[in-house]
Amino acid sequence: MKPFDSGCCGGSVEQGKISGSLLIQPSMEEFKKTEAPIDPLKDHDKPGYRLCSFVRGFLKTDVGLIPRVKTDLDKSDLLSTVMIRAGIKRHDYRISPGLYAVGTPDKYSEVLVTANFKLTFDHLRRELNGLSAWILVLDTNGVNVWCAAGKKTFSTHELVNRIKTVSLSELVTHGRVIVPQLGATGVSAVEVKKRSGFEVVFGPVRAKDIPLFLRNNRKADERMRTVTFSFFERLILTPVELKLIVKPVLITAIVLFVISGIGPGLFSISQAGSRGLAAVFFLFAGILSGAVITPTFLPFIPFREFAAKGIISGGIFAAVASIFFSPPMAGTTALMGLSLLTVTSSSILAMQFTGATPFTSPSGVEKEMRRFIPAQAVGLLSATGLWIYSAF
Amino acid sequence: MTALRYLKQVSTLRLNEDLCIGCGLCAQVCPHQVFTLENGKAGIIDLDACMECGACVNNCPSKAIEVHPGVG
Repeated sequence: MKPFDSGCCGGSVEQGKISGSLLIQPSMEEFKKTEAPIDPLKDHDKPGYRLCSFVRGFLKTDVGLIPRVKTDLDKSDLLSTVMIRAGIKRHDYRISPGLYAVGTPDKYSEVLVTANFKLTFDHLRRELNGLSAWILVLDTNGVNVWCAAGKKTFSTHELVNRIKTVSLSELVTHGRVIVPQLGATGVSAVEVKKRSGFEVVFGPVRAKDIPLFLRNNRKADERMRTVTFSFFERLILTPVELKLIVKPVLITAIVLFVISGIGPGLFSISQAGSRGLAAVFFLFAGILSGAVITPTFLPFIPFREFAAKGIISGGIFAAVASIFFSPPMAGTTALMGLSLLTVTSSSILAMQFTGATPFTSPSGVEKEMRRFIPAQAVGLLSATGLWIYSAF
Repeated sequence: MTALRYLKQVSTLRLNEDLCIGCGLCAQVCPHQVFTLENGKAGIIDLDACMECGACVNNCPSKAIEVHPGVG
């Protein structure tokens, strides 16, 4: 049920294994340019590759050249964030899996494990300002840590393999990786230890707590370990909810226009236009209620079932929408049909949102669906019946 | 999370205390503080907060925890 956040950049330059001394210093190329302005985008370009704009240069290490990333986000990063949040091409925002560096890490520096979703990677690096650490990016097909852990792409298997392919044991001496706590659904600390020798320390849920977590000797307190779902966290998910339903909504709108044309003269195009507009207006009220308002105001709407919450807010929206179409513009039967359309579509979309929250259990969602899908089907059929009947 | 709660008594989370070795990993990885650790044994203190993510099951070294979220 959980939809997958997905997400930007083409590959970073290949991280082939190049032997050399363990070097914490910037590479020669970068060293030479300390006086001239550094333009890694130009200076590290290779035919067939384009350097990611978040790479500042490369560190020469025992395990090869490792890209050093910036901890501040630039315009292109912000643009990609907006695109991802709007649900536009969100599966294309992925970065190349493997090792990255922030600051000037050495063999004693921590290794932070993350997913190759650009939004996730950006969230992580922007919190690491002033720190020196390694970032180990797993291949999750451009999906965030938690969803990927649920899908087992952010997994014990992928972590163990990635530790081996990047020769992590030659890069750091402490034998430890820090995995985001939400990765625990896919990563078993015991198994990783058994298969790679690396100790998994589960870090905080949110990247912004990493500096504090490190200062506390890698201890996450209860607050750091608890998932939140604040007003803003809910609101920011709504554009994707809307993007996901564009197609079904368009189809529904066309169907509404067609059935709105049915009347005493069998079918009237002018009636399809005028009545169709009214029906689409009530549909949009339901969408606004179910996909935007219910998710955003979730804890303030009564009932635990999302479908029920959707009925409540849909009812309010239907009442408000009815004011615009009160008699004589439309009869009572027509308004009942249209209101039912708003309430039912609101309920369906609100229930859809169970897949986007961090606290709904699949067993609960299943129970809710079993109860409400039949009611929603009856609601839609009744709405259609009342609406057609009202034309006669 | 105390403000947002989902349905009661639906979680399929089960803990077998006889198998528990008290390592505390379940309490550490749970994003909703479902577990507590007392007298060297884990216990479920907030079943209704469980979202069946499976982090505890995946990390329990003694297979003392089960969850069956179905196809969800």
